[in-house]
Amino acid sequence: MSTTNNIAQARKLVEQLRIEAGYERIKVSKAAADLMSYCEQHARSDPLLVGVPTSENPFKDKKPCIIL
Amino acid sequence: MGEIEQMKKEAEALKTQIEAARKAVHDTDMASAASGVAPAPRVQLKTRRTLKGHLAKIYAMHWSTDNRLMVSASQDGKLLIWDSHSGNKVNAVPLKSSWVMTCAYAPSGNLVASGGLDNMCTVYNLKTPVIKTVKELDAHTGYLSCARFLSDTEVLTASGDTTCALWDLETGKQKTVFLNHVGDCMCLSLSPDMNSFVSGACDSLAKLWDIRDGQCKQTFLGHTSDINAISFYPGGNAIITGSDDCTCKMYDLRADQEVISYQDAALNSGVTSLALSMSGRLIFAGYDDFNCNIWDSLKGEKVGVLSGHDNRVSCTGVPPDGMCVCTGSWDSFLKIWN
Repeated sequence: MSTTNNIAQARKLVEQLRIEAGYERIKVSKAAADLMSYCEQHARSDPLLVGVPTSENPFKDKKPCIIL
Repeated sequence: MGEIEQMKKEAEALKTQIEAARKAVHDTDMASAASGVAPAPRVQLKTRRTLKGHLAKIYAMHWSTDNRLMVSASQDGKLLIWDSHSGNKVNAVPLKSSWVMTCAYAPSGNLVASGGLDNMCTVYNLKTPVIKTVKELDAHTGYLSCARFLSDTEVLTASGDTTCALWDLETGKQKTVFLNHVGDCMCLSLSPDMNSFVSGACDSLAKLWDIRDGQCKQTFLGHTSDINAISFYPGGNAIITGSDDCTCKMYDLRADQEVISYQDAALNSGVTSLALSMSGRLIFAGYDDFNCNIWDSLKGEKVGVLSGHDNRVSCTGVPPDGMCVCTGSWDSFLKIWN
């Protein structure tokens, strides 16, 4: 019956919202500080951020071999 | 008061409560907090490879964990496995259905998967002398928008039927079905610790799920249209989403809310795909306007653009070692940049 379905749906929505309402949130300032700290710690080993030296670049342009 | 009326009232009260709780911890936003951080350098990447081989629009690509091989899917009805270093095609997998929307590489490198308008996820073994179909995962009642391997025995899928599912590859059956979205699920991303995943859907919501108990733990609001792309931030405490509303957003999981939006008044194309650099600092977002814009994830500024495709950028991916970014397009080409 559609009424039973509607009640079931409404119940499910309330149950889900109860779970989400119970979540313990931290302050955005703390969350942001942790994210910034992560980026800083890993920046030096981020090839796209610091650049890839040609000698170490597996995708460097292939130059044709010249046989002298 | 009828039971339904009572529950509607309770639902509204809970929504108000959640909104208030989020506001209470909103003592700053990401851009303000990062105002003292040095700007990311202007990022100018060059096309190192243009992979030609597909004969129609490319819809998806995924890197192997070996940082070298990758799989791409095109509506020409093929999966192609590429050696990105040489630019050569290593394998071609003909698809039963050419209406493919997603592809995935297993972490082991042994298997790949594809799926699309056939509503199925098909898994192939690359290591048998001839590539064989290992399983057809058939239970979704809508298109397959995204698939990801947890291992050689488990696959996660997202579907247009509004559900996500965890499959056992040995039995071919769904172990867990993740029910809560009210719109087509368009994308998913596994957490670094593999205990949870996030999904984005056409209901404009992103949701965090516990893989083992099937429960939706958190819901993220803010987008005003379909979420087409989603990715965990390295470290696992935040997610980035890309939407048809032309913005990308970062949601912090522990603050349970949006902390920054990546947008520009001049940008009025939807976001189709996104990938993060290894530290998370750079976001590579593919758009309908044929470009891939590069965003500073902390400061919210655009720091570069990858131009070169002649049609929509439909997929982007950064390999685990972060050495490059790959873009795939409706122009039938894949490009590797660094």
